[in-house]
Amino acid sequence: MARLGSVRNRRARVLPGFGLTLGFTLTYLGLIVLLPFAALVWKTADLSWGEFLAKVTDPRVVASYRLSFGTALVAGLVNVVFGLVVAWVLVRYRFPGRRLIDAIVDLPFALPTAVSGIALTTLYAKTGWFGSVLDRFGIQGAFSPFGITVALAFVGFPFVVRTVQPALEDLEAELEDAAASLGATRLQIFLRVLLPSVLPALLTGFALSFARALGEYGSIVFIAGNQPMKTEITPLLIIVKLEQYDYAGATAIAVSLLAASFVLLFAINLLQAWSQRHHAA
Amino acid sequence: MKISVRNVTKTFGNYRALDDVSLEVPDGELVALLGPSGSGKTTLLRIIAGLELPEHGNVFFDDDDAARRKPGERRVGFVFQHYALFRHMSVFENVAFGLRVRPRSTRPAEPEIRRRVHDLLGMVQLDGFAERFPSQLSGGQRQRVALARALAVEPRVLLLDEPFGALDAKVREELRQWLRRLHDEIGVTSLFVTHDQEEALDVADRVVVMDHGKIEQVGSPEEVFHSPANEFVLGFLGQVNRLEVRALRGEPMFAPRPYPDLGATAPQARIFARPHQVGLAKTQPDGPAFPAKVVRVHAAGPIVRVELASEFGEIRAEISHDRLRELELRDGVRVWVGLLEYRVYPHDGAAERLG
Repeated sequence: MARLGSVRNRRARVLPGFGLTLGFTLTYLGLIVLLPFAALVWKTADLSWGEFLAKVTDPRVVASYRLSFGTALVAGLVNVVFGLVVAWVLVRYRFPGRRLIDAIVDLPFALPTAVSGIALTTLYAKTGWFGSVLDRFGIQGAFSPFGITVALAFVGFPFVVRTVQPALEDLEAELEDAAASLGATRLQIFLRVLLPSVLPALLTGFALSFARALGEYGSIVFIAGNQPMKTEITPLLIIVKLEQYDYAGATAIAVSLLAASFVLLFAINLLQAWSQRHHAA
Repeated sequence: MKISVRNVTKTFGNYRALDDVSLEVPDGELVALLGPSGSGKTTLLRIIAGLELPEHGNVFFDDDDAARRKPGERRVGFVFQHYALFRHMSVFENVAFGLRVRPRSTRPAEPEIRRRVHDLLGMVQLDGFAERFPSQLSGGQRQRVALARALAVEPRVLLLDEPFGALDAKVREELRQWLRRLHDEIGVTSLFVTHDQEEALDVADRVVVMDHGKIEQVGSPEEVFHSPANEFVLGFLGQVNRLEVRALRGEPMFAPRPYPDLGATAPQARIFARPHQVGLAKTQPDGPAFPAKVVRVHAAGPIVRVELASEFGEIRAEISHDRLRELELRDGVRVWVGLLEYRVYPHDGAAERLG
């Protein structure tokens, strides 16, 4: 009986070390991810419900939510469009300099965000190369929601390219041939065949880019101008509260931001799972 | 619809995939393009479909020059080796695709689309599968969906690129018989690419043997098998023994029967015989024969395959089980080999049928 039992155990666990690695994973996640969250919620709990609601519905805070979510959303959508185009070019065509362009895509990942913030501010300020052109059309480049969106699009861009690229590589060129021989036009092939096939990857890229944009601080503080009620993003407001030693206030805003972005990401994940339901080859 | 390919040449970089190829596919026939990989057969199929453009030459459907017609305007049904089904669409929507993408003026109404798709699914025996997705089907089922999708646009010709190449042996054989019956039912001119000679000989009305971007022979399965135009066709359509013999004064050192003087320019000749054309005997027969040693006997199957070693190299023979018992063959036994029938290809390449 003892022998039988040991045989059964062996069969149950073909790969060794499951217990050890799972234990490590949980401990690591606990320490690195969950513990700070818990501390955040714990600190917020210093406030009563009334105080909490007052802090998170303060007009200046609400204006910052609107700005942060609005610009992150627009930046995410911009990245979806241009990220798809860039990924398409990199996957489908072979041309000199392709590898260089491929490497440049990662630049926003590598650049310290403060550096990119200062560079973008210089370019988009009224006296800058782009800012002066935009000014002629009555658009304020830097120190406006427009400038914030540009900076967010910059930092989130690689996420879309890097998630869509493998999906496009998986897409057989034969699908296009098949659609073409069935009489579809280029536009129909794009809308009915290609886009639905890369949609799950595109949604993932959007979610990553959006989430990154929501929490972005370093590159925004320079280009935003940080005028209360106008160009103040939520992460900046948290820093402002911290500088005023209002820790509970800072964490209250952080918790509400966190909750909102969690709900959004969860929704995107659901959407993604739905669009991917039949993609197992 | 008759397909005429006239003097088509296609190169990829320095590689000549098709070299001045001309071919006629008569209306209503099922024709196989047979050749090894790199022979240009798939390129030819893709050019007919309009998925590749030739550098020189034309493709005609009856008398209609297809050169300026885009793939979608050629009314060609194309079936791909790896199915190329749209994974995000149900079986129904895959089959309906070709109808739905038509401009509004020629697009059938929804009930008509439903009726046609269900008819087609019935024809490929996938009635109950309309709402499934490609990922929920087996390989054979997927290929039948691909076929239904190609037929939905009522093609003038049906082109199939290694349609059974990705399937396992048993399904492949069932499906090719089924394709033959389907072809007889709907009668659409069909051209399919294969590298499997058995498949081509089994299914096609006519076989086109290709190698290195050229057509080597066109003929019925019987013709290409029994009267191969040259060494390549002979070798490609099944196993063959190749005996290098030295010709002395026009007489080879080994000759089962006399054959024409090859002349002083051909001191060497090659004799070819398929395994079933090799005769074995225990003792030296009256006719010409040479000794050999049995290396291996494969007796599993309806015929017995025997591998022999001789001074002319390795010889493969196929004999009946009755004959095996008479000969009492075992590994290592010495026997006499005679050729019941054979071909000689002198160096000028033309075939002589002898024996």
